[in-house]
Amino acid sequence: MEKDTKAFQRVYTKLFQLTKATVSLYARGIGNEELAIVDGRLAQVVKIIGDLVTLQIFGGTEGIATNAEVIFAGKAPTIKVGDDLAGRFFDAYGDPIEGAEIMGQEKEIGGPSVNPVRRKQPSEYIPTGIAGIDLNNALVTGQKIPFFADPDQPYNQVMAMVALRAKADKIILAGMGLTRDDYLYFKNVFDNAGALDRIVGFINTTEDPPVERLLVPDMALAAAEYFAVEKNEKVLVLLTDMTLYSDALSIVSNRMDQIPSKDSMPGSLYSDLARLYEKAVQFPDGGSITIIAVTTLSGGDITHAVPDNTGYITEGQLFLRKDSDIGKVIIDPFRSLSRLKQLVIGKKTREDHPQVMNAAVRLYADAANARTKQENGFDLTDYDERSLEFAKEYSEKLLAIDVNIETDEMLETAYGLFDKHFQPEEVGIRQEFVEKYWKKQ
Amino acid sequence: MNTIGNVTGIIANLVIVETEGTTAQNEICFIKQDNTRLMAEVIKVVGNKSYIQVFESTRGLKVGAEVEFMGHMLEVTLGPGILSKNFDGLQNDLNKMEGIFLKKGEYTEPLDMDQEYEFKALAKKGDKVVAGSWLGEVKENWIPHKIMVPFTFKGTYTIKSLKGDGAYTPKETIAVLTDNEGKEHKVTMVQKWPVKVPIRAYKDKPRPFRILETGIRVMDTLNPMAEGGTGFIPGPFGSGKTVLQHNLSKNAEADLVVIAACGERANEVVEIFTEFPELDDPRSGRKLMERTTIIANTSNMPVAAREASVYTAMTIAEYYRAMGLKVLLLADSTSRWAQALREMSNRLEELPGPDGFPMDLAAIIANFYARAGFVYLPNGGSGSITFIGTVSPAGGNLKEPVTESTKKVARCFYALSQDRADSKRYPAIDPIDSYSKYLEYPEIAEYLNKNVAENWTDSVFKAKDILLRGKEAYEQINILGDDGVPIDYHIRYWKSELIDFVILQQDAFDNIDASSSFERQNYMLQKTLEVTDMTFHFDSFEEVNPYFKRIINALKQMNYSEFDSDKFRNNEQELKKILKEQETRNTGEKEESAVEAQS
Repeated sequence: MEKDTKAFQRVYTKLFQLTKATVSLYARGIGNEELAIVDGRLAQVVKIIGDLVTLQIFGGTEGIATNAEVIFAGKAPTIKVGDDLAGRFFDAYGDPIEGAEIMGQEKEIGGPSVNPVRRKQPSEYIPTGIAGIDLNNALVTGQKIPFFADPDQPYNQVMAMVALRAKADKIILAGMGLTRDDYLYFKNVFDNAGALDRIVGFINTTEDPPVERLLVPDMALAAAEYFAVEKNEKVLVLLTDMTLYSDALSIVSNRMDQIPSKDSMPGSLYSDLARLYEKAVQFPDGGSITIIAVTTLSGGDITHAVPDNTGYITEGQLFLRKDSDIGKVIIDPFRSLSRLKQLVIGKKTREDHPQVMNAAVRLYADAANARTKQENGFDLTDYDERSLEFAKEYSEKLLAIDVNIETDEMLETAYGLFDKHFQPEEVGIRQEFVEKYWKKQ
Repeated sequence: MNTIGNVTGIIANLVIVETEGTTAQNEICFIKQDNTRLMAEVIKVVGNKSYIQVFESTRGLKVGAEVEFMGHMLEVTLGPGILSKNFDGLQNDLNKMEGIFLKKGEYTEPLDMDQEYEFKALAKKGDKVVAGSWLGEVKENWIPHKIMVPFTFKGTYTIKSLKGDGAYTPKETIAVLTDNEGKEHKVTMVQKWPVKVPIRAYKDKPRPFRILETGIRVMDTLNPMAEGGTGFIPGPFGSGKTVLQHNLSKNAEADLVVIAACGERANEVVEIFTEFPELDDPRSGRKLMERTTIIANTSNMPVAAREASVYTAMTIAEYYRAMGLKVLLLADSTSRWAQALREMSNRLEELPGPDGFPMDLAAIIANFYARAGFVYLPNGGSGSITFIGTVSPAGGNLKEPVTESTKKVARCFYALSQDRADSKRYPAIDPIDSYSKYLEYPEIAEYLNKNVAENWTDSVFKAKDILLRGKEAYEQINILGDDGVPIDYHIRYWKSELIDFVILQQDAFDNIDASSSFERQNYMLQKTLEVTDMTFHFDSFEEVNPYFKRIINALKQMNYSEFDSDKFRNNEQELKKILKEQETRNTGEKEESAVEAQS
């Protein structure tokens, strides 16, 4: 039953148990999380009790017979990393989707964490031209931040736009449950922008088995670590869509008879997601990994386990919302937040940036109150009317995702709107700034 | 001879070990994997099988691996050199680790055993001592670090010999103590203590009776924290928990701050590493880092060590409390610790309690909070641990097990509100839902009225009342419309907005506004209450909003100015002018009516 093919490779041909996602067999000398090939499919050890070893089959167990051949690899999953990665697209196992095999050194995926005292504080501003991001929720290298969006919103388009404008040395796309259309869209956009040589893609489409997705972000982040640590490059990792990734986690935990916690998600969801997102880091030698992810919501519900746990892990979130007043998708200033913005705004950008940002959002909140009053059929005060007018223009000129201007111009635009609709004491900005920047309008 | 066993099962970081020897609950053991040793803790024993949780990744671990049981529980090393260190949850000194990435099975010495400390004796030969008695002190940064009789010593001892003043390393014997039976015990500057056992080397633990000033108005003024008190901050993500905790660690009036970064973001810890060595402690004038110790178990570090991290932090805090210091302990976030317990309980296939958490969650939380407190030491001195934990409720819903269990034991409740955070009213502590039970303590009220201002508590309750009435008025306005209610309702609402903007809201990122002394808080509260005490006259509700906005603006500019500076006084003059408008209006009206009466 047991025979040696290569050194360290042991082959078995008798399965003890089969479920939809796992197989179990009696084997000895097997390491936890070790890779194996079961009937030609990739699998990983998830549980060992005595001699009974349970393997998770990434591609699903359809058609696997009890006498299937099981070959243990003697190592955890790895990826080949090297300069050859650039410009190429790979599947969940790190094999090229088309074209030749790549050369490179082998690197374990899901490797160890960075020692927190060796991290550097993120401090490099990433301008995107989108005021809803730059003005209100500035991004910083080494940050991790998701888009929270309903499935019908153009999150992949916005993400591609941000990626291209964000002057990164490498952009690594991790597509999980990506539709084939969206995969081709990303390829096209990057190609048209002449950026294909900066792109690496790891793609699991809806055509592929869902459990395979679990490997994708680890592959992408291992590649990102290679470029950021070995080459000191600024790497931007795009994870889309983390809700579909979490769905795959829940499938596996369910098949392994684990007690589900909130929303049928595994109890370890927080740690599972944090393990990935925390790969975002500013290294001391200049390299960095910045993660922009997508978490799709169902009906805007952010209390669901996936967006909820994500929100506690990531450094803020960008909330896409359709503004019916102007008929465009905007970055919602209330629900969006960049936790690291304080490290750059008013420091890498103009000194009055924080005050202008807060004042505009406060006035936008006043407008929201006025709208509630209006909807309830009450008379509006003059101030209400003015704040509503302000809100509409603010939405159109600054919050909409099609805005593409320099950061200083965003501040000037904001002062322009303040001046048009309000008195300085209604805006509540520090006197010095009012004199220095507003008055020159 | 230590017990030896072998691995027979592996489920993620839960490992089953078969052994013929003795093992104990919570005993520490090491698994041999290739050239490394992985640290683990016994969490369950059935027959000859011990279930252990491993503080590392178990990738590559094989059945049959040898396990050595160490005969003791998880311990921390206590001695000079803890301060301003960055430890992981198991008290490894992170700075001593090589390379950018954490290496599996790498454990480092928590203290610097070769560094010499200048020792000064505080006791003398022949003195009777007990656990926790001070034998001498060394300078650690600027803190007089007491060298104490180890907490594990039971009964009374006599000092047989004690080193004279001089420089010694932590390894050297500095005293020899004789117990009742004449047996001799050597004492060094260093001792070990199991983290899950509270240090009880104190005489008495009274009710807290003093206030811990935090510089944060919405806490100090409205819901003050007591020295030696407990509190918790629940809030959905994005409501400003972390900023608030950082602000507390920067500005609170404590001798020492211990921060347990438990299962949270690594960049937040990096912020402390980067900023604290640069920032000045407003009280001592030294660098903030000199009074801060960080226990970092960030969310990507091994889950099992999360639980250890909060206990490690608490034990270190207890050690410094026994030296007569005022310690502030912050844990962010206790929910992550509870989740770590849940993950393990799930792997052990225990019957789950609410939301899958272990059944004894409430008891575990209660025991932990109970370790904080103000104590009288054996020598008559006092020390305290003020503990504030954050809670990250799933979905922002406060009716979940961790929040509910914590609410039962913590005396202060600082509820962060999503609505306030959305409208950028920071710190987003809800003034109406939050409470401090300490305000109800007569000894605390007496302390406040004596130390802050006469009738201070009356002013505080008055402010709270205005906030509540303002909220009610606001609801009425929303139901009936601006012109559907008397103008008085608008005035009432704007009086509460005044307190909200001037007292509750505080800019944590502004150098001046970030921290406010009690003296200043008192001044601003009285100033604000002077305004709310006034009677206002308006012809229409439309005048209320712009007028109050001008008052708020003037008072806010005062908040942004150095206390008592020219700028501060100028803004105060500005305020006076605005208020004068109402006075002339009032007197004007009076004259008019007087004229009417005459005719």
